[in-house]
Amino acid sequence: MKLPFTVMFEKRMDDVPKWLPAATSIGSVVIAFIISGIILKLIGGQPMRVGKFFFEATFGSWAAVSDTLVKATPLIMVGLACTIAFKMKLWNIGAEGQFYIGAFAASLVVLIPMVPLDSPRFVIIGLMIIMGMIGGAAWGFIPGVLKGKFGVNEIITTLMLNYIAILWNNFWIFNKWSDAGFQMTPPFEKTAWLPRLADYAREYKAFSGITLHLGVVIALVATVVVWWVLERSRWGYEIKLTGDNKEAARYAGINIVRNIILVMMFSGALAGLAGMSEISGVVHRLQERISPGYGFTGIIIAWLAKLNPFAVVLVSILFGALIVAGREIQPSGLAQLLQGIILFMVISSDVLLRYKIRFIRLHSPAAGEVEVA
Amino acid sequence: MSESPFAVEMNDVVIRFPGVLANDHVNFTLRQGEIHALLGENGAGKSTLMNALAGLYRPTSGTIKIKGETVNFSSPKDAIAKGIGMVHQHFMLVPTQTVTENILLGLDQPRFFMRLKEYDQKVLALQDQFGLRVDPTAKIWQLSVGEQQRVEILKTLYRGANILIMDEPTAVLAPQEIDDLIETMRSMVAQGKSIVFISHKLQEVTAVADRVTVLRKGKVTAEGVSITGMTKRDLAQLMVGRDVVFSVAKKPQKPGDVVLSIRDVRAENNKGVPALRGVNLEVRQGEILGIAGVSGNGQSELAEVITGMRPCQGSILINGEDVANQPPIVSIRGGVAHVPEDRTHVGSAPNLSITDNTIMKAYREQPVAKGWSVDFTYARENARNLKRAYEILAPSVETMARKLSGGNLQKVILAREISIEPRLMVAVQPTRGLDVGAIEAIQTLILAQRESGTAVLLVSEELEELLSLSDRIAVIYEGEIMGIVPNENADVEELGLMMTGSHLEDIRKQKAASDAGRVPS
Amino acid sequence: MNLEIILHAGLATGTILLFAAIGEVFSERAGVLNLGVEGMMLLGAMAGFSTSLATGNVWLGLLAAIIAGGILSLAHGLVTIHFQADQVVSGLSLTFLGTGLALVLGEGLTGKNPPLVPSFNIPGLSAIPFIGPVFFTDHSLLVYVGYLFVPLAWYFIFRTRPGMHLRAVGEKPDAADTMGVNVYGLRYLYVFVGGCLAGLAGATISLSVSPGWYSTQTTSGQGWIAVGLVIFAQWDPLRAAFGAYLFGALRRGILDLQGPAFLLGMKNPLYINSNYGFFLQMTPYVLTILALVIGSRQAARKRLGAPAALGLPYIRGERGL
Repeated sequence: MKLPFTVMFEKRMDDVPKWLPAATSIGSVVIAFIISGIILKLIGGQPMRVGKFFFEATFGSWAAVSDTLVKATPLIMVGLACTIAFKMKLWNIGAEGQFYIGAFAASLVVLIPMVPLDSPRFVIIGLMIIMGMIGGAAWGFIPGVLKGKFGVNEIITTLMLNYIAILWNNFWIFNKWSDAGFQMTPPFEKTAWLPRLADYAREYKAFSGITLHLGVVIALVATVVVWWVLERSRWGYEIKLTGDNKEAARYAGINIVRNIILVMMFSGALAGLAGMSEISGVVHRLQERISPGYGFTGIIIAWLAKLNPFAVVLVSILFGALIVAGREIQPSGLAQLLQGIILFMVISSDVLLRYKIRFIRLHSPAAGEVEVA
Repeated sequence: MSESPFAVEMNDVVIRFPGVLANDHVNFTLRQGEIHALLGENGAGKSTLMNALAGLYRPTSGTIKIKGETVNFSSPKDAIAKGIGMVHQHFMLVPTQTVTENILLGLDQPRFFMRLKEYDQKVLALQDQFGLRVDPTAKIWQLSVGEQQRVEILKTLYRGANILIMDEPTAVLAPQEIDDLIETMRSMVAQGKSIVFISHKLQEVTAVADRVTVLRKGKVTAEGVSITGMTKRDLAQLMVGRDVVFSVAKKPQKPGDVVLSIRDVRAENNKGVPALRGVNLEVRQGEILGIAGVSGNGQSELAEVITGMRPCQGSILINGEDVANQPPIVSIRGGVAHVPEDRTHVGSAPNLSITDNTIMKAYREQPVAKGWSVDFTYARENARNLKRAYEILAPSVETMARKLSGGNLQKVILAREISIEPRLMVAVQPTRGLDVGAIEAIQTLILAQRESGTAVLLVSEELEELLSLSDRIAVIYEGEIMGIVPNENADVEELGLMMTGSHLEDIRKQKAASDAGRVPS
Repeated sequence: MNLEIILHAGLATGTILLFAAIGEVFSERAGVLNLGVEGMMLLGAMAGFSTSLATGNVWLGLLAAIIAGGILSLAHGLVTIHFQADQVVSGLSLTFLGTGLALVLGEGLTGKNPPLVPSFNIPGLSAIPFIGPVFFTDHSLLVYVGYLFVPLAWYFIFRTRPGMHLRAVGEKPDAADTMGVNVYGLRYLYVFVGGCLAGLAGATISLSVSPGWYSTQTTSGQGWIAVGLVIFAQWDPLRAAFGAYLFGALRRGILDLQGPAFLLGMKNPLYINSNYGFFLQMTPYVLTILALVIGSRQAARKRLGAPAALGLPYIRGERGL
């Protein structure tokens, strides 16, 4: 069968319109939702009902919005972690492990304890933030050195370190710090909790049951910092240049090995910060499965946000909603499936940024003559 | 259909790319058994036209006839089936495979099992027929450039090609190798092949071709005229469209202190083979030292060791400071500007803006740097000024570097390197692949550097360029300097001999000996 | 701690990695990096398991696993070959997609008992002392298939015409293209082959080596280990097989360390406190990292690299698609 026209992809010579990247991201999400709905329908689910439920569970009330933001908080930080690494074309797939080690290191403040537990809250929390970032940075340092000094593929090493981090955590919570044999530590002292809006319910009635915690502020501060680093600082320029053309960066006198290690550490520190925020703001103890795959979701978030720190915040809220709803939606893999489809749509739609689509009418196909329509 | 006198007839061929009209109603004919030169500047559309004949591109409109029969190629395979073989400028060889494997690539025979030994014999037999020697079991990466070209030619002959397209085949060869190639071409024509010879070098065109077609900016300016009676000047005018001045004005000038001093420098290339074997050089203030040589004799490596891009042994003093084996930042701080050989892969960041590309060297220092941050407002303003001063054609300074033409990109690179006010400039093939206008602009900029007292090390494969710009010319061969001659008494024949591996002393000795021999004793 | 048992089990678990890694060798030799092995394996494991359960026919199960892996890989092919998307990101999204699909479609499969791939002895060979019990006794059919597959894959890649074309497409696609080799077609083909083999590797788990469906625990990162092995193996099926079997044996041998109360005449700490087992479980991942370090160093010394065009989309001239 021959169509009366053919579709041509033409290399884009002019600048990309400013609205197009955002449009492709939004379009990708919409299409992904539709495709997931179709899959759900095909296996006998009720997509419309699930959709309605999804909205109500995530944005239906102040409490629901708060739940969504609570889930978005760690996502923002891991999303930023991936953003900064990807900017240099370093494929840090290890935000998950860095998250766990960050949580572990922050817990040490309470579990050892590193300072008396009746110290002022800001001392304990401050120390936990620092420890969380150091822990994550250390876990980023390993693949960073292996990549920088020995040229070892960071995708595999960061991934393997994820498994190792989780087992490492398990060792401690099953063993030394197990709470009466359960797979978790005893709850932290209140001084190690990030303040929540619910804590002020006595003063403001509306806050009762609202679990939003200070972590969201930390995440927003991190966003501004990452934006400044990437868009304004000399180091950010080096990262951008190295990410676009490593040879040109070397030619410009940039120490690439050092930057690989530093960027991996910075990225790890942000993921570790997310781990700290999660145990100090939500779980209030170290336990198994503190992350439902935040580290991996961060990859999608970074990509969907086109490596723009502020867009990371918006995308994280969407994905926070997905997680909130996903806890209750059956079948359980649906949220992950949706994420996979979204990411596929985003990278497929990138073709629109590099090519223009043209329809070309075929006049007399026999002679092979074509005319540009 | 009776036998057509034409091997190829291309009528009214138009090839359009997004934003570019590469071929504008071009006519081209190739007679049976002739060598037909296709002459034109870089970017004139020669390669595009021939790529269409080889089935790589499909013309937007127009017809192509092979031996009188209209053809419509949709892939190179179709063209090969019609007896067309193309030897590309950038060799299309798989470096990790053997000569025989490369010759067999894409063929239906052998069906499944390779039986390489048997095919090695066939390849040897073909070599005998045309006098093209190369070990069939060698891997491509082990071969010299000249040998690789022979493999390319063998590839087309093995497929029974009657029509050979050779895209700038002499660009990568030494004078001696060029003679061999011309010999081979004559022998192929004698055996009934027809050859299209793409070139922008007038010398060779007049030496080898029977007829010539000239392209300028996608249009034909001379269609299949006989080469006899054409002068180089005629051809140049057809090619460029105006009288060509073959040299840029250079003022006499006395060189100053030594800026760069290289002592016994040794280095390896990317394959781990020695590329520099004890190089000694000096470049002075306000002097251009030209490095001549056939590509792949260590020129790139020489530039890279000076700019810190490649490890080496020996000493490299820049204003007395040893930069050998130091990272690039040391030579940048020492005031070395580098116009790299590879504009797109080394010299620029393709997806970053012109602004970002202009601060690659300056972002660490005032006024571009402000503490830990980069002052992008200043950088943009500065980029605008450079864009104006260097006449860089681009929509804005926000335009991505990869959207610039070769000439404009090179201007961005030069603008950046010159604005650091260098003490030494290392320029590698700064005009390669550019059109005449851009070449003049770039050469003028390099001469201006000389006048302002910068020491310049200029690597080029175009002898003409070196003769018109340099104060002294050093010839490099297999990582050794064969000799250094002042430009004013440079002798092209002597340079050619050095480029093929003769030491200057030996040449002079021999000459003296033969001169002496003539004197009756 | 019995060497025969460890090696025997190592060959079985190694077969999983073997199929997945050699599949990835094919894909990467053609120039397409596919990081979605984990997702394709999981989908294959699920498809094989559920088909075998539904039809009562294990062969249909294997076929379903192969097809499922293959079809999923085509998504990666489309996005990277035609849309020229980044192969790393596309491979990651394939992992998400495969995992998500497997979890959604695999609901309620846990605890079921479908027919499994049969195990048997090879007559004659199994009687050889030591070699017989290790290599030719009571292995799943898939293990024996693996033995045959390795040399065939090697021969195909290095000694046949299609193998030469495969290497050319991953090494210098423009050269292959100008000589009339269908670069896009071959890349699709070998991405598909890689997907099929990853699917088979998944079914090797769920229908043979450790039968059952345990959601993401079924593969537990072996797909990633396989990707790492390919680098260690320097894109050579023989080395990949060696690595896979070695890995399988080490993995099993290390788990066996926990069994005895005494080790080398000392009290076995692993026996006393089973929590140290967490460190044992880390070893495959630590070993993968070590293997990568060794592989990368060797490659650097011998100046061997990945296929030159690995990870790069092929665009002919200026024509784009």
